[in-house]
Amino acid sequence: MKFERRLLLREPGIGALGRLWQIPWLFVLLLCMVAGVGYVALYSAGGGSPEPYAARHAIRFGFGLVLMLSIALVDIRLIVRFAWVGYAIGVGLLVLVALHGQVGKGAQRWIDLGPLQLQPSELMKILLVVALAAWFHKASWERIGNPLFLIPPAIAVLVPAVLIYKQPNLGNALITAMVGGAVFFAAGVRLWKFALVLGAGAAAAPIVYEHLHDYQRARITTFLDPESDPLGAGYNIIQSKIALGSGGLWGKGFLQGTQGHLNFLPEKQTDFIFTMLAEEFGLVGALTVLSLLATVIAFGFLVALRSRHQFGRLLAAGLATNYFLYVFVNVAMVTGAIPVGGVPLPLISHGGSAMLTTMVGFGLLMSAYVYRDTDMGAVRDSS
Amino acid sequence: MSRKNREEQRVRRIFTRRALLLGAGQIGMLGFLAHRLHRLQVEEGDRYATLAEENRISARLLAPPRGRILDRDGRVVAANQMNWRALLVAEQTADAGATLETFSRIVPLSEQERARIEREVRRRRRFVPVVVRDFLTWEEMARIELNAPDLPGISIDVGTTRIYPEAEHLAHVVGYVAPPAERDMDGDPLLELPGIRVGRSGVERHHDLILRGRAGTVQLEVNAVGRVIRELDRREGVPGQDVQISVDAELQKSIRNKIEEGTSVVLMDARNGEVLAMASQPSFDPNVFNSGVSAAQWRQWTANRATPLINKATNGLYAPGSTFKMVVGLAALEARVVTPGERIYCPGHMDLGNARFHCWHRAGHGGVDLRTALKVSCDVYFYEVAKRLGIDRIAAMARRFGLGVPLDIELPGARAGLVPTRDWRQAQGKPWALGDTVVHGIGQGFYQLTPLALATMAARIATGRAVQPHLTRAIGGRPVRGARTEDWPSLGIPERDLRLVREAMWAVVNEQGGTARAARLPNEIGAAMAGKTGTTQVRRVSREQRERGFRVEQQPREWRPHALFVAFAPHDDPIFAVSVVVEHGTSGSGAAAPLARDVMAEAFQLLRPGPGGFGTRVAEAPRR
Repeated sequence: MKFERRLLLREPGIGALGRLWQIPWLFVLLLCMVAGVGYVALYSAGGGSPEPYAARHAIRFGFGLVLMLSIALVDIRLIVRFAWVGYAIGVGLLVLVALHGQVGKGAQRWIDLGPLQLQPSELMKILLVVALAAWFHKASWERIGNPLFLIPPAIAVLVPAVLIYKQPNLGNALITAMVGGAVFFAAGVRLWKFALVLGAGAAAAPIVYEHLHDYQRARITTFLDPESDPLGAGYNIIQSKIALGSGGLWGKGFLQGTQGHLNFLPEKQTDFIFTMLAEEFGLVGALTVLSLLATVIAFGFLVALRSRHQFGRLLAAGLATNYFLYVFVNVAMVTGAIPVGGVPLPLISHGGSAMLTTMVGFGLLMSAYVYRDTDMGAVRDSS
Repeated sequence: MSRKNREEQRVRRIFTRRALLLGAGQIGMLGFLAHRLHRLQVEEGDRYATLAEENRISARLLAPPRGRILDRDGRVVAANQMNWRALLVAEQTADAGATLETFSRIVPLSEQERARIEREVRRRRRFVPVVVRDFLTWEEMARIELNAPDLPGISIDVGTTRIYPEAEHLAHVVGYVAPPAERDMDGDPLLELPGIRVGRSGVERHHDLILRGRAGTVQLEVNAVGRVIRELDRREGVPGQDVQISVDAELQKSIRNKIEEGTSVVLMDARNGEVLAMASQPSFDPNVFNSGVSAAQWRQWTANRATPLINKATNGLYAPGSTFKMVVGLAALEARVVTPGERIYCPGHMDLGNARFHCWHRAGHGGVDLRTALKVSCDVYFYEVAKRLGIDRIAAMARRFGLGVPLDIELPGARAGLVPTRDWRQAQGKPWALGDTVVHGIGQGFYQLTPLALATMAARIATGRAVQPHLTRAIGGRPVRGARTEDWPSLGIPERDLRLVREAMWAVVNEQGGTARAARLPNEIGAAMAGKTGTTQVRRVSREQRERGFRVEQQPREWRPHALFVAFAPHDDPIFAVSVVVEHGTSGSGAAAPLARDVMAEAFQLLRPGPGGFGTRVAEAPRR
């Protein structure tokens, strides 16, 4: 307590109330709208009833809101100081889940914490962004150009990515690598270095395919030709496309979606919630939701551009990209553009773990906004 | 500004550029998603809307009731019976095993039944009913209903099953039904329905498409696992049509009660070819096929040398013996190789080269003309006439009488039989000998004829027309086929010749010295029967046996000759035609002719033919 107060008091003239005033309430309102969309969709997925999904969704969001606002008020200097501690905890959880995790759908992904099932891979992406932002914070242009300086953060990306891949969860491992890559990119790492890594990755792809699990290969092959196995692995993609396509321009109307309500649509309350929305509200509804989500992402970049320190910039850009990847992968998945990968649509999908980790992320983003003008010290040339 | 500040500015500039690139890239990718949504929802929307409709609506078939089969008097001989059965819906009970346990205490279930039910419960989806027990009795149903609270998931529903009230009496004619086999699948979706039956033999098979009807459909809204949400549309199917057959069930039953194993009887309306009775002993109970024939039962049927499953009236093949002599006589008259008055001397045998062909009457008949030769069944007369005719002219006449040709009877698998010709023998690589012709003149040799063919022959002699035997009288209440004699084409045989043969056949039964004198119809019938006996050896009798005094009664039964008789009555205005074959009956006059007399008498009494015919009404018994 004493420590925190001291940190806060170092910024003269602004009290705790002032910090509260600094919170971007418009953004909070935006998130409430997204969660509201989620409530409507889950109300429909529950067969026109708040049970069993929508009510719990609202309670979780309320809980997440408190968590998010609390994190928003944490001094950003505190965050940068404990960035690597957080990273270490995240990796520790991943190791723990590998050793003792709950097996769900053939993969070890969960830690059972009583009322809450924690999925460390979700949390890890946020902790990784924080750690990488801390690493590149204060780095001069020369240092960023030095390949030796890039090796530790590259390993920091690789370790959780490999652990997540081993769960096995190929999709999330790739997303983790992409989130890390986005921070590298935003920090100014030269493009040819990305090309080098991508080239190496492409060369390794056939070897990786060899080591994929059967269900992962099935996803890739059914993605290439979903009609090849209409009742097996291709079922989800086909049913999702049918539900989406039959929605048309204006949709079938609230609670009128036949495919979702008759259970043709698999996992309609989680991975395929967007399909449910698009079936009932049509292209117009789908694009409205997509625009809403784009605004959330855009806000992240706005925070990044307004921050006066590199940590805040990288943190905001990284977190915005993280949310973007959720949205893109999920919607691309349900429209059959990429292989199905079990990625939810946070704040809309039913599920506590994804929502809470996303809210933690947005809390950090807000902290970067609240403390955008904080002096974080000067750029260093050498370590 | 310090160097550090410049450095700060530079890092910031680079970040801004990169962040804008990143943001633009993401907007581009979201734009791609928007484009993809547009393509799915607007450009291809109609296609997916159709798919969604198909997804949600499941068309199911409704089994139409199978048409009934009625006898000529409108009695139902094949009907649909309610089949009350107990079903188990696994999802309606917490513990299917416990429910079955309770059930078996109320209605005992065998080990195999339990195993089958448990297998089906495991294999099917939990809301699909599984048949626990078919054919519940009233008592069992009452006990189940009484214990309903202890039997969660058990329900009683009603299906239909086929029953045959006449059981084994009409089994060969009506046939039976069974679940469709792979080869029965003719594209009719109805056959995919569980519990559906198709005709497997007899009229059930011949008229299967008429009896089957067309499936109705019901459009159901279903969810992804196939559970019914509600019914959207229902189109009733077309029920199968009733088929009325010409057989009189009561007559059939009384005939069957007169005959023993190995006997077959065919009684026809000589005027129009309607089959009035067709009996083959032994028979089987077609009701057994309903609940599935056990392996033991099947073995018993197929191992039985008396072949209960085979209809001997249409599939039993016999040499006609002397019953064939009318055909030879008519062929001879037509070919003018004899005149009606020409007498041929019978010394009791005929010599041809080294071979001697005996007459059944060892002492010989003396000089006989055609009429007498038929009446006393003189063999030598027909040896001589056959020798003059040659086998091919005999065969040609036989075919005109429906012998050795397919008869189009509505009984699948009925045999056409065989009437040999010179070409037929040569196709086998053997020459046709004159001795063969002589033997075939008295109906022995290679002939293979069915009792149905012999009855048809009798009907054609009686009418002079090519009447075809048939069983179908009406379909769906509408009469079929011309039921009048004039509808059949003439055989083209001069009435004078026919009259001579009919007269001779009358003499066989009614004149002193006729071979079937004992088979006269009783006086109260008020009509006379004209017929012809036949006795066909199944083993050669050697000269030594003959000389030692061969007595057929001393032979084992399966070595004794078959006894045959064909007849029509009344002789002057024929109504009925009959054929009787008694396997190993020893003699046509002793075993077959008296049976034919009893059959005729029964037919006259039961059907009461009058000037207006009999049983002419088309039955329209109320359904169910």
